Amino acid sequence: MSSYRLPKRGLVDHNAPLSFTFDDRSMQGLEGDTLASALLANGQMLVGRSFKYHRPRGILTAGAAEPNALVTVGRRGRTEPNTRATVQELYEGLEAQSQNRWPSLNFDVGALNGLMSPFLGAGFYYKTFMWPAPLWEKLYEPFIRRAAGLGKASYEADPDAYEKSWAHCDLLVIGGGPTGLAAALTAGRAGARVILVDEGSLPGGSLLFDTATIDGRAAADFARDTSAELQSMANVRVMTRTTAFGWYDGNVFGAVERVQKHVRDPASHLPVERLWRIVARQALLATGAEERPLVFGGNDRPGVMMASAMRTYLNRYGVAPGKATAIFTTNDSGYGLARDLEAAGVDVVAIIDSRPAAGVEYRGKARLIREAVVCGTKGRKAISAIEVHRDGRTETIAVDALAMAGGFSPIVHLACHRGGKPIWSAEKAAFLAPEGLKGLGLAGAAAATTELAACLGEGAAQAKAIVKELGLSCPPVALPKVEGDEGIDSSKPLWSIPGVKGKAFVDFQNDVHLKDIGLAVREGYSHVELAKRYTTSGMATDQGKLSNVNAIGLIAKARGVSPAEVGTTTFRPFYTPVSFGALTGPHTGHHFQPVRKSPLHDWAKKHGAVFVETGLWYRSSWFPRSGERTWRESVDREVLNVRKNAGLCDVSMLGKIEISGSDAAEFLNRVYCNAFLKLAVGKARYGLMLREDGMIYDDGTTSRLEENRFFMTTTTAYAAGVMNHLEFCAQALWPELDVRLASITDQWAQMAIAGPKARIILQKIVDEDISDAAFPFLAAKEVSLFGGALHGYLFRISFSGELAYELAVPAGYGESVADALMEAGTAHGVMPYGLETLGVLRIEKGHVTHNEINGTVVPADLGFGKMVSATKPDFIGKAMLQREGLAAPDRPQLVGVVPLDPRQSFRTGSHILAKGAAATLENDEGYVTSSAYSPHIGSTIALALVKHGPSRHGEEVVVWSGLHGESTAARLCNPVFFDPQNERLHV
Amino acid sequence: MASLVPCPNCGRRPKEEFTIKGAALSRPAPGADAADWFNYVYLRDNPRGTYEEYWHHTSGCRRWLVLTRHTLTHEVAACRDAADGSQLEGGA
Repeated sequence: MSSYRLPKRGLVDHNAPLSFTFDDRSMQGLEGDTLASALLANGQMLVGRSFKYHRPRGILTAGAAEPNALVTVGRRGRTEPNTRATVQELYEGLEAQSQNRWPSLNFDVGALNGLMSPFLGAGFYYKTFMWPAPLWEKLYEPFIRRAAGLGKASYEADPDAYEKSWAHCDLLVIGGGPTGLAAALTAGRAGARVILVDEGSLPGGSLLFDTATIDGRAAADFARDTSAELQSMANVRVMTRTTAFGWYDGNVFGAVERVQKHVRDPASHLPVERLWRIVARQALLATGAEERPLVFGGNDRPGVMMASAMRTYLNRYGVAPGKATAIFTTNDSGYGLARDLEAAGVDVVAIIDSRPAAGVEYRGKARLIREAVVCGTKGRKAISAIEVHRDGRTETIAVDALAMAGGFSPIVHLACHRGGKPIWSAEKAAFLAPEGLKGLGLAGAAAATTELAACLGEGAAQAKAIVKELGLSCPPVALPKVEGDEGIDSSKPLWSIPGVKGKAFVDFQNDVHLKDIGLAVREGYSHVELAKRYTTSGMATDQGKLSNVNAIGLIAKARGVSPAEVGTTTFRPFYTPVSFGALTGPHTGHHFQPVRKSPLHDWAKKHGAVFVETGLWYRSSWFPRSGERTWRESVDREVLNVRKNAGLCDVSMLGKIEISGSDAAEFLNRVYCNAFLKLAVGKARYGLMLREDGMIYDDGTTSRLEENRFFMTTTTAYAAGVMNHLEFCAQALWPELDVRLASITDQWAQMAIAGPKARIILQKIVDEDISDAAFPFLAAKEVSLFGGALHGYLFRISFSGELAYELAVPAGYGESVADALMEAGTAHGVMPYGLETLGVLRIEKGHVTHNEINGTVVPADLGFGKMVSATKPDFIGKAMLQREGLAAPDRPQLVGVVPLDPRQSFRTGSHILAKGAAATLENDEGYVTSSAYSPHIGSTIALALVKHGPSRHGEEVVVWSGLHGESTAARLCNPVFFDPQNERLHV
Repeated sequence: MASLVPCPNCGRRPKEEFTIKGAALSRPAPGADAADWFNYVYLRDNPRGTYEEYWHHTSGCRRWLVLTRHTLTHEVAACRDAADGSQLEGGA
């Protein structure tokens, strides 16, 4: 093992080595390592190249805020780009690749961007690429995309499973550091249902690297014991590797659990990630604080690290940051690090303290330089020296690692997700959570409390208050005794550093440096929201976790105001990036949406149906036979056969609603614009349903099966909408009516049998007499089938214009009844027909569908004006239908269209122009709503909505489609192309 | 991402189970003025504050509910069954 690993130190297992690769080089780490700690242990300081300038970058943090150490982990479908090495747990065989470098990490051509930096400052997109605009898409954007980049996603499908889940609790504790553990323990012991989530693999947070003792135990041991006690409680759930990423309405928290992101071969019975929605009566944010970087020249050089991160690598992972370390601090926390480094045998060369005096006494060997700052660093791919600025003089000190301790900012993100803005506290020199939050409290370092004992006490006290509010009694909790905690005073933040040499980075991930902020302010973009967008500070995948407070401080300083006046940008979910896999959950591929299959699906399938997706339904479109080369050949055959013999069509997907109750007839009378009150038992009637604005909403037939029981059919597309609408009418508008509604679409298989032979075929399975005398047009009755073996409903209704019936039978019998009809009809030439034929037949008859009922038509537009009841006191749409404009003579109204030359054709959607008129908006007279080839007419036929249409039958017009450059001479005509007297219906 | 609606029949349920229709207004009497109908069909307030809306528990009890929601905070102050007869805004 390398010399950076310190034997016998930390929580890693020194007896459990793990092999992994970085840029295809083999390396060794230990069980318990993160990828970052293992890289550092291997002396791998250089981990990636920066976004814009391609500067060499190393590992800056030990946690979720990492802006630099982004790598691609895994391969093929499991490739995960932009993985933070600082949170990725190491496993045997892990493969990681560095990003944004070419041809290699060590020799990167893009680093030349650094020389161009005068042109790449804030706002450079706006300035450089303004002109000429056409070059943007072809030149600038592809260039920028290639040069400025993150990892690349794989094009291969992700082989792993993802899951979504809900959880409910009395208290959700977010963060398993000292504060969170104390809170969970207090509430757990009181019997409350507690969920504790922590993003790390081990609960403990700062306790995992703290050298204080708690009740005589090492802090890490206290964390382990407390977590074990929590896990033993039935009412407590400890969720590690789980990031709470958002706070939503109703006190619901979003969280993502990385179930198997730390293993090489995920078990197939478990998801790799699980998305949680956690409903909490109360929540406690114990998310701790983020250490701020210091903005000096070359603060991004590999080897420069946050002080708390250095302490984490040292104490938790047993990794020395270097052999000659310096610490640049603005507060007392730097001294704890110095003591720990020296105790571990790592040389501390110098401590540079910006203050005249420290709050703690330092007795170590390092040279202490007070009232000084680090203003620059030297080195190529790693730091080799620092430049210390004091009293106007600069001194160079050779080091191979530098810690920066710029003070702490409470992590208040989630507390701001529901609209609240953080509040600047001059006393704490920090942005604190908004006031007056409901359902969410903050404690510990997240509330700017710094001492360990105080954090433990605050967590316990808040949990106690919450438990009491829940009505549970809280056993007294003895606060543990803390020794060896040095605390961290709330020092004054040091926003800007005198004598800065070279680029001093504010936002490491987006390569925003000190001068960019100054430039933004000078150019008038000093509002925090504008400065953010102008400089892109805080807009990278880390969302400015390290940089935002510094950027605000620098803007405040440049404007000469307090950070309170500058304020923050808006905090939005997600706290850290969440994978699309987790958000999608199991809803991929076949499971993306449900599939609705008719009870007659298998019947259609065995007759060779070609299916088409309409909404969720799979509908049989046509039934090709051998020898037919195009769909039109099949459809023409089906159409001709229906009018010659008979056809059987699956209409099960029509919406079916049973309406019952003593006021059912009155109810229908109010929801349809035509009369239903006096519909006779045993009769069906075509009904038009309007919207309240007077436009037609839906149509269908409704049959009165009994005095107080009706069977309604709706169109397929509007089945659910009509059901919701009827429920609204029954519950919200007229709750006094005795009416009950039941959706019965799925309960019945329904088939249309149409054609001159329909009766002969049907009579073979129906027991009752269905002759025209006994069962005339619009009869609707329950019938007995197969000698009483089965009962169904028979309706004599016709969409095709032929002698036709619709037969509804219980869904499970659908296929066998259809089989029986096909068998009964073999001698009479029965054939199945599909949706396409249904369309041709109805256009031939001028029957409308939602192509015509398109939300802009009133009944009179379709020739249904006389259907609208003039006598009913009320129905939906009645009042608004009276509007003058809806009776205007020039409204587009239903008409038929045929091409003058039957060899010519035109498309649905084409516009109608008067003969000789120019194709302008003013000359537009209407449009084609439906068109099809009619084998009976021998040409394309169409329905259209045309101004004055009904009075223009016979007029020559032009059908024009600007989209396709088509212009066809055509004639307007009666929309009923076939059997206009309906003689075939009443036989 | 998530939020919960307190259905009087089903308890607190995820909002994905519901369909929102919009403002809960009283339907004018059949013979009301054209202006009243125009208001009912087309005109909506857009208040910053509490707002009564029709919500349908489509994937639950299938009841229409009147929900009092704060448009800024989404806080739900009340939720009742639409059939329970309380007077709606603009009611005669």
